[in-house]
Amino acid sequence: MNDECLLRLHDERFELEDYQSGVPRWCSGCGDNAILAAVQKLCRDERLHPEKTVFVSGIGCSSRFPHYMKTYGFHGIHGRALPIAEGVRMARPDLHVFVNTGDGDCCSIGAAHWVHAVRYNMNLTVLLHDNEIYGLTKKQASPTSPRGTRSNTTPRGSHLEALNPLSVTLGIQNVSFVAQAVDWIPEVLYQIVRAAFHHRGFSFVRILQRCPEWLPEHFEPYVKDPKRTLLVKHRDGLQLSEAVARTYSNNREHDPSNLAAARELATQVDPIPVGILYRDPAVPCYEDLRRSDKLRTAEFIRAGLEAEFDKFTIWPCTQN
Amino acid sequence: MKNIQTLKEHIVEVISDSGEGAQRCGQSLGSIAARMGNGIWTVEIIPAEIRPPARSVAGASGNRIRIGAGPVTNGGDRTDLVVAFNEQVLLGRVRAGELKPGCAILLESLWREHKDLNIKLAYSEVVEKLKSAGYQVREIPMDAECRKLGLAPERGKNMFALGMLCSIYSLELQLGRDQIALTFGKKDRKVIESNVKLLEAGYAWAEGNLEFKYRIPAQAPTEPNIVVNGNTALALGVLASGMEICAMYPITPATSASHYLSDVFEKVGGVVHQAEDEIAACTFAIGASYAGKCAVTITSGPGYSLKQEAIGLAVMAEIPLVVVNVQRGGPSTGQPTKAEQGDLLTAMFGSHGDAPKVVMAAATIEDCFYSVITARKIAETFNMVVVVLTDANLATSQQPFPRPKFDPAWIAPPADQSAVPEGMQPYDWEAATGLARRFIPGQPNGMHALTGLAHDRASHVAYDPQINEEGIHFRSLKLAALQRTLKTPPIHGDPQGDLLVIGWGSTKGAIEEAVDGLRADGASVSSMHLKFLQPLPPGIGEAMKRFKKVITIEANWCDRPGDELIDESNRRYSALAMLLRARYLVDVDCWSEVKGQPIKPSSIQQVIREKLAAHTEAVTS
Repeated sequence: MNDECLLRLHDERFELEDYQSGVPRWCSGCGDNAILAAVQKLCRDERLHPEKTVFVSGIGCSSRFPHYMKTYGFHGIHGRALPIAEGVRMARPDLHVFVNTGDGDCCSIGAAHWVHAVRYNMNLTVLLHDNEIYGLTKKQASPTSPRGTRSNTTPRGSHLEALNPLSVTLGIQNVSFVAQAVDWIPEVLYQIVRAAFHHRGFSFVRILQRCPEWLPEHFEPYVKDPKRTLLVKHRDGLQLSEAVARTYSNNREHDPSNLAAARELATQVDPIPVGILYRDPAVPCYEDLRRSDKLRTAEFIRAGLEAEFDKFTIWPCTQN
Repeated sequence: MKNIQTLKEHIVEVISDSGEGAQRCGQSLGSIAARMGNGIWTVEIIPAEIRPPARSVAGASGNRIRIGAGPVTNGGDRTDLVVAFNEQVLLGRVRAGELKPGCAILLESLWREHKDLNIKLAYSEVVEKLKSAGYQVREIPMDAECRKLGLAPERGKNMFALGMLCSIYSLELQLGRDQIALTFGKKDRKVIESNVKLLEAGYAWAEGNLEFKYRIPAQAPTEPNIVVNGNTALALGVLASGMEICAMYPITPATSASHYLSDVFEKVGGVVHQAEDEIAACTFAIGASYAGKCAVTITSGPGYSLKQEAIGLAVMAEIPLVVVNVQRGGPSTGQPTKAEQGDLLTAMFGSHGDAPKVVMAAATIEDCFYSVITARKIAETFNMVVVVLTDANLATSQQPFPRPKFDPAWIAPPADQSAVPEGMQPYDWEAATGLARRFIPGQPNGMHALTGLAHDRASHVAYDPQINEEGIHFRSLKLAALQRTLKTPPIHGDPQGDLLVIGWGSTKGAIEEAVDGLRADGASVSSMHLKFLQPLPPGIGEAMKRFKKVITIEANWCDRPGDELIDESNRRYSALAMLLRARYLVDVDCWSEVKGQPIKPSSIQQVIREKLAAHTEAVTS
């Protein structure tokens, strides 16, 4: 027994390699690589047991994510990462559940689930890898593509204004955590993912992510001009290194408990707001409302079942 | 003293506008008769709309109760006696051909003197028509009698009717009182008292004013029985299986199973999750199954269609899952409240690609209970999707069956959290059976990314064509492994003869009753009923060979050979017939009916007679 305890103590420390599985097959320069690095660092720093950690994804470039984590992973079907993750969470509150989903996966085919997932507010860390284009199916406009985006289905430019995932999420009842990050500022990305992980509830992080293959120039103006990033700051918010603070000097103080201010901030496209827009730790989690803490022994189930049978039973007449 | 006529069985209907309580009256009558020791089968009569206009021909709401001296296995043929609260709903039943010629009708007479002239005229017109068509119409002042007690007839007429029926069928009035106490147990004492008063008044009125009275001999039950409908039985099965999570989306006629489950599941620590849509319900259940015990999703036809991609995911990733499909009329929205067996092929072959899954069909109310328990067990043993088919007929019908004796083996064990041995892979398919240990999150050393993409034994995405074929091969083998454990279904009747009738699902009672009737007349006919449709159990081919002819009787469409364009080159066979023909190379014929009503034993008898006669003709000519 003692040996085992010592062993466990020793095991508590993890290295980055403990979370790395295979060589990612994303394109070089793909923003997914930055997200993977941030998440692996988070797992190490938080000492998450790989066997107690699950990454659930849908379909798309970003949804390959679980294959590159040496944890449990569930690479599901297009648009359905959220309900799968909800099922995992409901069955197993002891697991750390992350969701990786793309702009097509979450905001288009899975949009209904997204809306309801916000409302359920289950304890999930949800990373929306938003490159504003369909990648895996080779360049079609996504709901988040800015109007005028040329793609294989919109050769003369996309027709509609982009859907704003932050505004949508902030408009739904029970919203409890909304943040935005960009793949090209890794330090801030890491901090935001970490804050999301520590929020108990549905933590929604939209990560603007470069797609070097289909939209190589799309985010370049923002990458090149730090002024076009607006860092959202507040007490116990982002802890910036000096270097980052110097580069990204365009800042705004914001109270993340102020929903109206968060909504106003969310509509801003240029400069890109980066940071925690909204946080309300008081919203109850669906699994906490629904799960029973009773131990489901056979005897317990039997008692419940027999009580139901009693209601419907016709007993033989007992003769006096 | 009235002359009491002894009957072997009777079919009784109580019908009204919806909301007038005919359903409760009928269900109570069924329960009282069952307590007396009669066999019963009750069927709900449901209008398609929630609140159809009052006094409309399509608006009949109520219950149909077949009461027998012995066990009753199906709804039977046409109605012998009907209590109707207005003549329009009655007319609907007459037009649907549901009443026997000369059927006794007890009709609310209030409309005869109604202040609205149109209603008055409509009423007397219908009554005259029915009388001249030979129905035994008795006009009964139910409304007026209730008013005499100072009680509102619109709330209590159904209990007055129940009292009349207790008198007519010589049922113990005390059982009626008990039933009321049971039904209104949660309510005020006053509610119970006024209902009992109405019950007693109805009883006294019938005793004093009706010239006829029946008795259907009953055998007091020797073991405890429970009386529930198929959907309640399904929900009890979920409870008994030890499953913890049911994810669903409201859909008729499956929803009442989830209604009941929502009420009771939490008492044993379960969760009914009403998802945002059918796809979410299925994927939520898959997520829950993947991470813990097998979960269940309950739906009906259109919902089942929506779940197909998700079901394919569970097949591909080998996640146990129970999917219940309470079939209704299709395609599309079809007939939401009506029975059909149209989803067999979808259940077997649904989802794109080769997606082998287990398909079972419940044949009785009791089966609905045990099927879920068995399905959960198979799902977890084989890491497969198990589809349980029932239908609108089973969903809303009630029949007593022996109170199940709890068996701890019904219950799923807690999710295995033991460490995975070094070197073991998430899909270490066993060569002969295709079986592999299921890796569940929390198990040390078991980390892997499960995927709906083709994958190898390590769950790595397969780009190699060999690997894809290997996965398909082993997922398919699991069905064979299960098939080896199944028993040949028993033959009802002689093991050989002129004609073998094969059925599946809710038609069992009607088929066997028809076969019994004909066998008593000397016909050489037997029947076989299939519980497992995929895989088909062993021995069916041999059994069919011992008969000169084989026919399936199903509630899904088959082309009629009499149609001008239909011949052997284009005839579409019923689902099971098609499967049997393909598997056993036997010239299986089929007969079907898709009227949305349960197939009646008399219809089946007629088909069998014709088939036997045609066969004799062919042999002798």
